[in-house]
Amino acid sequence: MSDTERRDDEQAQRSAERVRTGVRPEESSPTKLDDNARAELREIVARYPEPRSALLPMLHLVQSYEGHVTPAGIEMCAQILDITEAEVAAVATFYTMYKRRPVGEYHVGVCTNTLCAIMGGDRIFEDLSEHLGIGHDETTEDGKVSLERVECNAACDFAPVMVVNWEFVDNQTPESAVELVDRLRAGEQVTSTRGPRICTWRQAERVLAGFPDDLATEGPQAGPASLVGRTLAEERGWTAPEGGQRAIEGRGEAK
Amino acid sequence: MTEPTVDAPGGREPITLTPVLTQRWDQPDSFTRRAYEKAGGYKALRMALQRKPEDIIEAVKDSGLRGRGGAGFPTGMKWSFIPKDSPKPTYLVVNADESEPGTCKDIPLMMADPHVLLEGVIITSYAIGAKTAFIYVRGEVLHVFRRMQNAVAEAYEAGYLGTNILDSGVDIDVVVHAGAGAYICGEETALLDSLEGRRGQPRLKPPFPAVAGLYASPTVINNVETIASVPSIVERGADWFRTMGTEKSPGFGIFSLSGHVTNPGQYEAPLGITLRELLDMAGGVRAGHELKFWTPGGSSTPMLTADHLDVPLDFEGMAGVGSLLGTRALQIFDDTTCVVRATGRWVEFYKHESCGKCTPCREGFWWMVQIFDRLEKGDGTEADLDKLLDMSDNIAGRSFCALADGGVAPVVSSIQYFRDEYIAHFENQGCPFDPAASTLFAPESQQEAGVRA
Ligand SMILES: Cc1cc2nc3c(=O)[nH]c(=O)nc-3n(C[C@H](O)[C@H](O)[C@H](O)COP(=O)(O)O)c2cc1C
Ligand code: SF4
Ligand code: FES
Repeated sequence: MSDTERRDDEQAQRSAERVRTGVRPEESSPTKLDDNARAELREIVARYPEPRSALLPMLHLVQSYEGHVTPAGIEMCAQILDITEAEVAAVATFYTMYKRRPVGEYHVGVCTNTLCAIMGGDRIFEDLSEHLGIGHDETTEDGKVSLERVECNAACDFAPVMVVNWEFVDNQTPESAVELVDRLRAGEQVTSTRGPRICTWRQAERVLAGFPDDLATEGPQAGPASLVGRTLAEERGWTAPEGGQRAIEGRGEAK
Repeated sequence: MTEPTVDAPGGREPITLTPVLTQRWDQPDSFTRRAYEKAGGYKALRMALQRKPEDIIEAVKDSGLRGRGGAGFPTGMKWSFIPKDSPKPTYLVVNADESEPGTCKDIPLMMADPHVLLEGVIITSYAIGAKTAFIYVRGEVLHVFRRMQNAVAEAYEAGYLGTNILDSGVDIDVVVHAGAGAYICGEETALLDSLEGRRGQPRLKPPFPAVAGLYASPTVINNVETIASVPSIVERGADWFRTMGTEKSPGFGIFSLSGHVTNPGQYEAPLGITLRELLDMAGGVRAGHELKFWTPGGSSTPMLTADHLDVPLDFEGMAGVGSLLGTRALQIFDDTTCVVRATGRWVEFYKHESCGKCTPCREGFWWMVQIFDRLEKGDGTEADLDKLLDMSDNIAGRSFCALADGGVAPVVSSIQYFRDEYIAHFENQGCPFDPAASTLFAPESQQEAGVRA
């Protein structure tokens, strides 16, 4: 094969791969998916009555090894589940948490759904974007921070809301948001306002794949807004009515 | 006991808060098994295991509990649709995908008190004969996923899960599963496809999940808050549950206030409470401002205005004013808010989240976003409003799932109540509002916060 032929052949393979996986191969570095990863992927499969149910957590695990969904990751999932790579790629491209390009150490999401946007999320996003010099779904050159507009993250009572590696950072202002990303870039340990010390994005993806770390008991049980009604009831002496004693009438016989 | 300070509508007794699900949230270790047991947790499970599964289904039917995920379907009835003689296994799936804009109750519940959900899961599994239950948690809430997983591990250790739980001869396993970011996966059949490792796209109904759900097997799918309400019903009884709420909307629910309100947060109260009563408890609308519009149950429920402050927040009350109770996600917007901007942003959300399966939804929201861009810039015309209404008709009536109906709700209702404001955008050749004035960090609102502090 001549050089040109080889190049053409390579190119053809690449574009075939791109069609198959939806991922640009030129952007992926050598795979980190080793035997250990394969064993862990199989471990996920074993949790489910039917293997394919494991695919979403498997893709989370692929991201934790690779930093995004890579062609090698798609291939490995397909092999293990005995489905086609196109089938895996179709799933990977459907969900917004799966990324086709490398994600930074810290994924910073700013909620810009209506309520947060109006309460200040739009300003926060603009300021962060300008401060970091990146737009939506982009990563700083040092590979530290990726910025994304996210949809409502079920924390509207803490608006405006941000999430770092999917941990809540509640009640933000443009100033606190800029300070937060500066601290992340400086390598400081940052703690969620309603959660634990923030780990890296890859570690977070590993937890979502169902491999727990030891942070579950860190952080408060609830944020202040979660408690306002509870506290008010206490102050005013409001309670639910007393329960009836005989809960379930014994229509059937006790077992 | 302090009486509420505002009048209840129609001369009924004033309604106060009734913490049941939120009762333990103020304990610093409320998410641990120890704390939950100390507060009487897992007693209901022991009681349930003494009874026949049918009795539990009856009790939940008698309580009148209706689904807390938005649609309000009677829970006991849903359970009773599970065939008794299916050769296939039965599954319970908990919908913990909470993604409807404005909705923020299931997430703090699982964060603070995952065991109450888990106890509900075990009791429900026993009642419907499921040996395996799944809790499908949206992926974007890492710590909640940890707390839920930790609770499951603790429950296995205590023998509440696994084989022969509490020596009852019953086997139940629970898998906590993380989604990966897709609002549509909250729709129950899309969730099932997603849980099967596919793109989350809704399925044709019938067959309903009770007959052919997960792996084409009989499946019950319920919202987090629905299932978390089950232990209290088992323990305290259906009659107790019915002492709260109304005849047709019995019981309590978590009301989530967000936006331009003095004390946003979670307020657990009987269904039928009004926004006036809730706002009074929450310190009112942001100081110096007035209520402009609000959603009763997330962005998919038609918006309402100050004219609806005294309408009971129950399924019937909201339907009576052309809206829906939804998820009790009360997003409050004051007079600084541009309704065109708010609605346009919601439409963008529905465009982004449309699963693409059917044309009216996929294309319709795309076109609507273009129109809203124009409107916000002041380049629209009155004909655009008619076009939006016309498109709404076509999208809602002709799409496959309820995402489409939800998406047109803010469009139609905002034009209904605020047509003049849309028109002001053309006349003004742009938005007449200052977005800075709506923010929490607007100089004005910071001063007020200073005064309050
Ligand atoms: C687009 C869409 C999104 C939904 N999202 C959720 C959700 O996040 N959580 C939920 O419990 N129900 C959601 N639902 C409602 C579910 O389809 C289903 O009605 C509910 O989970 C049933 O549980 P319940 O009877 O306990 O309410 C959604 C429905 C639609 C159409
Ligand atoms: S209405 Fe929209 S979200 Fe629902 S199935 Fe059709 S395209 Fe998908
Ligand atoms: S709108 Fe931002 S968290 Fe709900």
